[in-house]
Amino acid sequence: MVGLNWYMWLSLTVFCIGMVGFLTRRNIIIVFMSIELMLNAVNINLVAISHFMQDLRGQVLTFFIIAVAAAEAAIGLAILIAIFRTKGVAHVDEATEMKG
Amino acid sequence: MSQFVFGYYAAAIVFLSVVVVTRKNPVHSVLFMLILFLHIAGVYILLNAEFLAAVQVIVYAGAILVLFVFAIMVLNLKEEQTVEIYVGSWAIAVAAALGLFVILLFGLRTVDVPSGGTFTAEYLKNTTNTKALGKEIFVNYLLPFEIVSIILLVAIIGAIVLAKKKLKG
Repeated sequence: MVGLNWYMWLSLTVFCIGMVGFLTRRNIIIVFMSIELMLNAVNINLVAISHFMQDLRGQVLTFFIIAVAAAEAAIGLAILIAIFRTKGVAHVDEATEMKG
Repeated sequence: MSQFVFGYYAAAIVFLSVVVVTRKNPVHSVLFMLILFLHIAGVYILLNAEFLAAVQVIVYAGAILVLFVFAIMVLNLKEEQTVEIYVGSWAIAVAAALGLFVILLFGLRTVDVPSGGTFTAEYLKNTTNTKALGKEIFVNYLLPFEIVSIILLVAIIGAIVLAKKKLKG
């Protein structure tokens, strides 16, 4: 029998892998893909809890998260194109106007 | 039996996640991510969430990844093959992620969710997951649903404004 803990461990592992990718990669596209990875890890967790609580609220929240992730991807990639057009770089450590 | 199916999906998802964040070529990352999303849809089906599995394939694999492929077109892939792919302070980032992993792993030991809600497996089998989820969204969560539509509208307008060329004169 596959319990809730197994799904949570899977979700935690994927979330941490996404976090490593988000913090270490230089390419902005891979950074955005790592964000999607982390959102998917959260979705797995929510759907698993929803299943084991026999309640649909987790799935409703997952539905909204997918919609917001689509909006976030559209905005993020538009920003990437704007940065690439004005500066000609697609690496996070070369866009340093804001002294971050 | 269910352990083997879950084990396959879990192993594939973890392996593909690692592959996605370590590839040098962004196109390879996107293609591996496509397989990853299909496996996550499989996990949703294991959890009796057929509608979300379909949404996962349609929205993530169908729409968002196409957007990523379009964005990759603006990159210089030739140059991308030769430059360093990790930031200089990658060791701190890996340490932070490992620390978070250990902390959450200890936190998960005491997690215990109450079962016994109204949407049991038999109930979902009789009414179907899609119908139950649709009723839940359009009866109890109608306002958030409408707000999401506004968020998507704002995202569309924002993407157009951000990505369009500056008009001369």
